[in-house]
Amino acid sequence: MRLINLSPSRPLAVFLAAVPFVAVLIAYAAGSEIRLAANPADKLLPALSTIQETAVRLFTEGDRRSGEILLWKDTWASLSRLLGGVAISASLSLVIGMVVGLLPMFRSLLSGFVAVLSMVPPLALLPILFIVFGLGETSKVVLIVIGITPFMTRDLAQRVLDIPHEQLVKAQTLGASSWVIAARVALPQVLPRLIANVRLTLGSAWLFLIAAEAVAAEVGLGYRIFLVRRYLAMDVILTYVIWITLLAFVLDWLLKQLSRKAFPWMEAGL
Amino acid sequence: MSFIQVRDVWQAYGGRSIIERVTLDVSEGEFVSIVGASGCGKSTFLRLLLADERPVRGTITVDGGDVAVEPGRERGVVFQRYSVFPHLTVRENIVAAEGFNTASGWLFGAAKRTSRERADAILARIGLNHVAEQYPASLSGGMQQRLAIGQALTAKPRVLLLDEPFGALDPGTRVQMHDFLTELRAETKMTVFMVSHDLEEAFKLGDRVLVFDKPRWDPQDPGLYGATITYEFDARDGGMPYQHILDRYPSLKPQAEPAPERLLEPA
Ligand SMILES: Nc1ncnc2c1ncn2[C@@H]1O[C@H](COP(=O)(O)OP(=O)(O)OP(=O)(O)O)[C@@H](O)[C@H]1O
Ligand SMILES: [Mg+2]
Repeated sequence: MRLINLSPSRPLAVFLAAVPFVAVLIAYAAGSEIRLAANPADKLLPALSTIQETAVRLFTEGDRRSGEILLWKDTWASLSRLLGGVAISASLSLVIGMVVGLLPMFRSLLSGFVAVLSMVPPLALLPILFIVFGLGETSKVVLIVIGITPFMTRDLAQRVLDIPHEQLVKAQTLGASSWVIAARVALPQVLPRLIANVRLTLGSAWLFLIAAEAVAAEVGLGYRIFLVRRYLAMDVILTYVIWITLLAFVLDWLLKQLSRKAFPWMEAGL
Repeated sequence: MSFIQVRDVWQAYGGRSIIERVTLDVSEGEFVSIVGASGCGKSTFLRLLLADERPVRGTITVDGGDVAVEPGRERGVVFQRYSVFPHLTVRENIVAAEGFNTASGWLFGAAKRTSRERADAILARIGLNHVAEQYPASLSGGMQQRLAIGQALTAKPRVLLLDEPFGALDPGTRVQMHDFLTELRAETKMTVFMVSHDLEEAFKLGDRVLVFDKPRWDPQDPGLYGATITYEFDARDGGMPYQHILDRYPSLKPQAEPAPERLLEPA
């Protein structure tokens, strides 16, 4: 049988999916074991048990001075920046993308501009943002917005352009105005794409957030990681990395569920 | 003056003529079939009739009105594909034919209720009431085209344009669709243009069959000249011509029957 026709049974699929995770864990545990055997004070690869203890401590015990649990504070700060930035980007790109996709006048006006904007490396703008917006929350949110909006806008505009011309003609023969075509033909068909885009760009959004927090912040997941780096606190860094990964995974999963529930017509089909 | 007047219409894309010198008169209620080789400009002609495009020369008017600049409710259309909205259920697709014509795009309250009732009546009529809640993607090709026709008719257009509406259907379903269309036409009496690649279908459904072809041909540059109507057949009465010529020219009628008897009367 050809390899392309060879698919795993359900139990085998679950087993195969678990293999890489287990392999990484085993490789890490072995490496950590070897290094700790050579030097019990080694900080580079803390034992899994150490990471676990650190994690429990970070999630439950308050800070010695303020009594606040820093991890939750960091999580709250980072998530509100991230979700704020992503929400603003999503709204902006939806509006601009629909306008550019539907109205030829605005396409001529904006599509070249957006294409050039999307080529600007956002991180290079970070110093400017800090100068203009200060070191507070605004500059971090703006970095996320600048970083992901042009891409989403271009993609949504393209998705609007991909709507078959027949559908737009059909809507007009039913008497639909430009507004009705936007609201009832284009919008419902690009919303699933918007959610797909948010899922795709969340990775970049995290990148921009952590970069901005690393440079200047007083609280936040990225800030904490770069702070404890000075003490080589690998157990704390690893806990934070795993936590961020988990948050990103849950956000992605939630968006996927939302897309399934909200757009049943996408799944229709024989 | 005829209902639809097409006067000396030319269309070209990027300097390439597609159709040229098309002149046509169609009376209200006529069914016009259009046939021709692939790529000769049949769909282009329908787009012109629809006012989705404007010709480089010539005019098209409906019922003596102005030349249309964009598609509107006066002219309905069914394409071979993409004619229904994939994100609306079957019933919503029919309701959209009324709802899209409002300022907001939505119907509310009593208007919505009565529109849904009308939609259900139409769905029963086109045999789709059992799938009213489903999305078009889960319908067969024939059902989707029936929905598309039902949707177009709900808007009560004066002219219905069909671009190979049954091209993707199997022969059995096609015959069913013919009967369906024939019944609907008997009810609505609207003017229909239908592009088809199936000559039998064109003659069966049409009152007139127009053939698009290139009358001029440049062997060095086949794209130089466009197509026009080269033949026109009267497809009524099973394709037998002149069955109604006496209605048009009563003077050709044989004189009243008693005449020979008079001849027999003695002088
Ligand atoms: N928007 C356009 N821009 C440029 N060329 C076009 C455009 N639309 C159609 N054409 C060209 O015009 C010619 C006629 O196209 P049209 O779709 O009208 O043919 P058709 O008779 O409907 O063919 P078919 O039977 O295959 O549907 C084709 O050569 C096509 O490439
Ligand atoms: Mg065609």
